[in-house]
Amino acid sequence: MSDSPAPKHHLLAIRVENKAGVLVRIAGLFARRGFNIVSLAVAPTNDVHFSRVSIVVDAESAPLRQIVDQLDKLINVVEITELNPMEAQQAELLLVTLKTDKKVAKKLTKLVAASKGTVLSTSKEAMTVMLAGPPETLDDFETSLRNFEILELQRSGSIALPKLKSAS
Amino acid sequence: MELTGAQALIKSLETEGVEVIFGLPGGAILPVYDPIIDSPIRHILVRHEQGAGHAAEGYAQVTGRPGVAIVTSGPGATNIVTPLADAYMDSIPLVVVSGQVATQAIGTDAFQEVDTTGITMGVTKHNWLVTDANDIPRVVAEAFHVATTGRPGPVVIDLPKDISNAKMQWNWPTSIDLPGYSPRVEPDLNAIDAAVALIVAAKRPVLYVGGGVVKSDASDVLRRLVDMTKIPVVTTLMARGALPDGDPRCLGMPGMHGNFTAVTAMQEADLLISLGARFDDRVTGKVSAFAPDAKIVHIDVDAAEIGKVRHADVAIVADCRLAAIALADALTKNLDAKGAGLDDARLASWWQRIDGCRKRFPYVYDQGDGKTIKPQFVVEMLRQSTPKDTILVSGVGQHQMWASQFWRFDAPRMWVNSGGLGTMGFAVPAAIGAKVGRPDAMVWAVDGDGCFQMTAQELVTASSERIPIKVAILNNAYLGMVRQWQHMFYEERYSEVYLSPDLPDYVGWAEAMGCVGLRVSAPEEVLPAIEKANAVDDRPVVLDFRTDSMEQVYPMVPAGASNSDIVVHPSQSDRPR
Repeated sequence: MSDSPAPKHHLLAIRVENKAGVLVRIAGLFARRGFNIVSLAVAPTNDVHFSRVSIVVDAESAPLRQIVDQLDKLINVVEITELNPMEAQQAELLLVTLKTDKKVAKKLTKLVAASKGTVLSTSKEAMTVMLAGPPETLDDFETSLRNFEILELQRSGSIALPKLKSAS
Repeated sequence: MELTGAQALIKSLETEGVEVIFGLPGGAILPVYDPIIDSPIRHILVRHEQGAGHAAEGYAQVTGRPGVAIVTSGPGATNIVTPLADAYMDSIPLVVVSGQVATQAIGTDAFQEVDTTGITMGVTKHNWLVTDANDIPRVVAEAFHVATTGRPGPVVIDLPKDISNAKMQWNWPTSIDLPGYSPRVEPDLNAIDAAVALIVAAKRPVLYVGGGVVKSDASDVLRRLVDMTKIPVVTTLMARGALPDGDPRCLGMPGMHGNFTAVTAMQEADLLISLGARFDDRVTGKVSAFAPDAKIVHIDVDAAEIGKVRHADVAIVADCRLAAIALADALTKNLDAKGAGLDDARLASWWQRIDGCRKRFPYVYDQGDGKTIKPQFVVEMLRQSTPKDTILVSGVGQHQMWASQFWRFDAPRMWVNSGGLGTMGFAVPAAIGAKVGRPDAMVWAVDGDGCFQMTAQELVTASSERIPIKVAILNNAYLGMVRQWQHMFYEERYSEVYLSPDLPDYVGWAEAMGCVGLRVSAPEEVLPAIEKANAVDDRPVVLDFRTDSMEQVYPMVPAGASNSDIVVHPSQSDRPR
């Protein structure tokens, strides 16, 4: 990876108690303190008592330290891991439905295969495709779809874990 | 033991040692009010739920114990949002129990339904919606734990009516299980050493003492620190009395209406040691111009306060009392090792500068023609003619600033006011709470006429509950602080600030509420009226002081200006700074 200036997007992996209203508490805190959320994903963890909230924050809207300290004050927030994008294993999911005819479908199937995506379903006029991977990979894939007609596109927001030390 | 949820709630409050509840019943909270009849806990029936909240705050501020209020759902809950926000800003431990519509009805726009946990989320430290009666003891224990530990604050327990009525098995928790909550209280000793290094090297240090010192009962340790280091101390609006005003090291209140010496000492300091203060905008003025030469040692139990406004050179996340003890111990050790280091001579020129400021810029006011009552004069007379341990309560505005400036504070927890939120109408109910918490002490509220009109109905509560508070209305017939800003910054275009001195008739109103009411119109009547009020001990007293409408609060740092541009009293404006 190339050297780049301090990233303005930071990843926070937040372990929270799996209780009603936790997401509202986090979202409300961001809203009332003027912190910006770039993306957000929530799901239960392997322990049913806890969920993991993955937030990509805009560290230009407030100092990261302040965002973390305020989040830490929420009683249901158990642990916050700050992940520098350089040190995080990030993944995101993209679903896209594109307008197709026979010729386009053929071209698209090739592109999807080359990008290691999956065709989920097809009809005479359209095709739905899934791609999972690091956000940059998804960005590149989106760019390569420029010459196709996108009917609907949905991304999940990043989830992340710390990169293992042995991996590079 | 099988109990109803309501019985379990009251039993839980008893177990927590609650001695008084401020509240007002209604539909959704009805089940809870039945076991109150049989409980030793005193219930004080307020006339408006806002009064319950502020009374609980007043109680908490003078006793150091959490204040408790009970309200019903819907409007009961929304009426107490202002006290919750007030307590959140000023870090006051408060436990509010609100009724809620039955679980099955939640979300259906039922009668008197609001989303209480949603509404109060931003103004509480935490809140709970109880969904199982068996959870009640655990939730109450958690609520008191959260409200009173770390940085104290308000919490809400929202209790649906069917949960209050449901049967449960009584079971008091033996421990608190909140995996996401473990406030850090012990200071990092490396950081303490770093602070010591800055303190012994400083030429112009100031101890910037905030409400955290009062909350952590650290006044005695502050005393020790000050005696050892001879460092000048400023006590913020929330910390008045943390070091007695009579102490030669105490410079008084900093900030927008603080005294010149306190403001200037901070501004010229090369080191600010912040103990339980949060660099509030009313203290810093324009942040980029605040204390430009100062290094910062910031001690606070709330990590999020450190670096929020101003970068801290040394950050110490800890309970103020424990941090102050560690600091004093480390300073003592430092002395032992090197023999000297904190000798008086090191700060001689700093004290010379400060004493010069004190001499040139004391608090002053125009004595006037001797026919109109100056509001500052009333505060001075009150201080002179009330017992030393009198508790002073105020509302928000000019009268609040004069109370803080012209009262002499001798001890902590003797001053109750609304600092961060600036809640008009705070004084009367908060004074009631203070008197309930400290029945042995005389409690005076200095109030404004605008403030008084917002919550005066609680004097009915005070009369019927025999809570003999005393209220001094500094009646200048205006929303005085707004008027002052219009005078100074809006070319004297007075928009919607006139209130009239006679409407309402404050004396008649006081009497209608079961109080003694007295009107005071001339300076020579001030002292006799106060003495008369002091002699009444079986009911509340309201004194309607007709004060000078033109009086302004000086000094003043205009909003957004640098503290270096502090505007002093006109009679002092020619003096060299």
